[in-house]
Amino acid sequence: MANKQTVISVENMSKQYRLGDVGTGTLAHDLNRWWFRVRGRDDPYRKVTEANDLTESGAADYVWALENINFQVQRGDVLGIIGRNGAGKSTLLKILSRVTGPTIGKVKMKGRIGSLLEVGTGFHPELTGRENVYLNGAILGMTRREVASKLDDIVGFSGCTRYVDTPVKRYSSGMMVRLGFAVAAYLEPEILIVDEVLAVGDAEFQKKCIRKMKDVAKNGRTILFVSHNMTSVRNLCTKGLLLRAGTVQLTASVEECLDRYLSDDANHERKRKENYFGDRICRLDSVLLQDESGKDRSDYQTGESTTLNLEIEAFEDSPNTAFHIGIYREDEVLAAFVNSERNHFSIDLESGRRTVRCRLSNVSFSPGRYMIYVTIISKGIAIYSLANAAALQIHSNGRYEEGRRPYLMLDDEWQDT
Amino acid sequence: MEHREKNDADHGWDLVIEPKYGLLHLQLDDLWRYRDLIYLFVRRDFVAQFKQTILGPAWFIIQPLLTTIMFVIVFKKIANLSTDAIPPILFYLSGNILWQYFAVSVTNTSETFQSNANIFGKVYFPRLVVPISIVISQMLQLTIQFLFFLTFWFYYRFFQDVDLHVNVFMLLLPVLVVNMAMLGLGCGIIVSSLTTKYRDLRFLLRFGIQLMMYATTVIFPLSSVTSDSVRIFLLANPMTPIIEAFRFAFLGNGSFSWVYLAYSFGFGCVVLFVGMIVFTRVEKNFMDTV
Repeated sequence: MANKQTVISVENMSKQYRLGDVGTGTLAHDLNRWWFRVRGRDDPYRKVTEANDLTESGAADYVWALENINFQVQRGDVLGIIGRNGAGKSTLLKILSRVTGPTIGKVKMKGRIGSLLEVGTGFHPELTGRENVYLNGAILGMTRREVASKLDDIVGFSGCTRYVDTPVKRYSSGMMVRLGFAVAAYLEPEILIVDEVLAVGDAEFQKKCIRKMKDVAKNGRTILFVSHNMTSVRNLCTKGLLLRAGTVQLTASVEECLDRYLSDDANHERKRKENYFGDRICRLDSVLLQDESGKDRSDYQTGESTTLNLEIEAFEDSPNTAFHIGIYREDEVLAAFVNSERNHFSIDLESGRRTVRCRLSNVSFSPGRYMIYVTIISKGIAIYSLANAAALQIHSNGRYEEGRRPYLMLDDEWQDT
Repeated sequence: MEHREKNDADHGWDLVIEPKYGLLHLQLDDLWRYRDLIYLFVRRDFVAQFKQTILGPAWFIIQPLLTTIMFVIVFKKIANLSTDAIPPILFYLSGNILWQYFAVSVTNTSETFQSNANIFGKVYFPRLVVPISIVISQMLQLTIQFLFFLTFWFYYRFFQDVDLHVNVFMLLLPVLVVNMAMLGLGCGIIVSSLTTKYRDLRFLLRFGIQLMMYATTVIFPLSSVTSDSVRIFLLANPMTPIIEAFRFAFLGNGSFSWVYLAYSFGFGCVVLFVGMIVFTRVEKNFMDTV
């Protein structure tokens, strides 16, 4: 297809940053570097590197924020760039929007680029809304004629029509953001680069922005989008680029990238976490998942049944003890919740060990990874909780359409009458 | 096409971002495309500067007026320096507004990177837009001050019977202004490029500009300098021929020479060219060091 043309191509691109105070030793370093270059040697500071890990303080003064990045974007793609803090997302966007340059490698692009790393860049508080629309538009690369022809639409979209001749220093911060986004929304670039800007507005405005960006994408334009809001990434993007510690981990569909990102995240951070409320009365030793044949198993297909074995260690007697089980998706959405009291089940715990079983039949979650959270209740009061007690991995049973991600998969029966 | 293609592999791309470009990769076409932004920055500076002031643009006039009065008192009445038979007010005012144009242009453009770091960190546009718009908005200020100068000129011409003539050299005025703009812009962007990393130069600049005024013929005429070595020193300063030429054209007295003026213009061209090369090399990565 002619319109499946590559519009962005990043080739072996790396970016190095210097850490710490630029003032000390800098001149000496620069002279040294210059002396190496004069003799035709490599830059001596380029070798001093280590993996970019924010949690460990490294000894090196230089760090690769991005290392050997390669990817391509086709016209009409909506690419979601995901990764943890410090993975290099913002650095990548900065290089693509030409705010800073790469240290090595090349980036090639086709078409007009509009980058939105911030809304309302260059707004001057003393100028009126109208004047700022012109100024901001020009900063983003529009001519005065273009702004003039779109002025009414821009002001209308922002909802600031009444205040357009008031200096923006009298605006509320929300109005300022709306006006800033409105200008960018009418920029109509062929490639739009957006970073986290949606985080600022209220829910209504965020929806409006997402809708606007979807419109932009429908017109065959290319969007690069960075956000920590997984829902908006899932909503908006078609392709994904997963960054980790400055390298590309995965380029695939946005679903695959989000899955990988979330499961990486789970392996790293979703540790079992015990909590006692008040005295130590009892605790959970383990939570094991068993299938119908009694075998230990944590991988299931949609619609299978599973049994949770709660192995309890009680330190004291505790009458009238009940259990709450919450099952969370990886994006922290509560997918299911059961309360044993509602099922008229409670036990009188005596000190010692004991196992309680809970059978969950027909678990019709859509494929993905789920975490189990157990709370022990005594006489209506929570006494103990165990977060991330066990992981439940659901696979597709093949009956459902791939590529869609509903919360639940229902058993459907059809009749022709 | 935004850039010259370097080789066949890059052919067909509108934009190729690389770590290093050639020395002459100045992207002037890009700058031309952003000419509306220059206009809007100039407008912003002009409009925003006098919001919530009572006197507004009158400040453009008050400042050189007070300085001139001070000069008249100190250098004429107390020190009794020569003004080449020109009424002292006209003499000092002419030197003053020209010098101020250059000095403010240099100081303001030299802070391009520091004072715009927040915008530069968020969006790309040719960075030269900012210093150019500064020099142009200073030009507006100069125009108002020049009109103010002309009112004095008419006053002395018609009411004081001072021997002032309209002459053909007055047509040189635009050339002189452009020459000063080139000098101011060129020096300013060189300093701003050098100060992204080592800020020492900023202090040197503020203080250096003040000192340099005394090495320019602002408060004395070149004709009053008798020592040859000092004369050469003063003429090496490219601002001296400009101020002398202005006085020659409007006040009929001053050391005018095409050679000096050509030197000054050539100096301006070289400084601006070097400045643009240095500036475009720095602008790409300055966000990492500023």
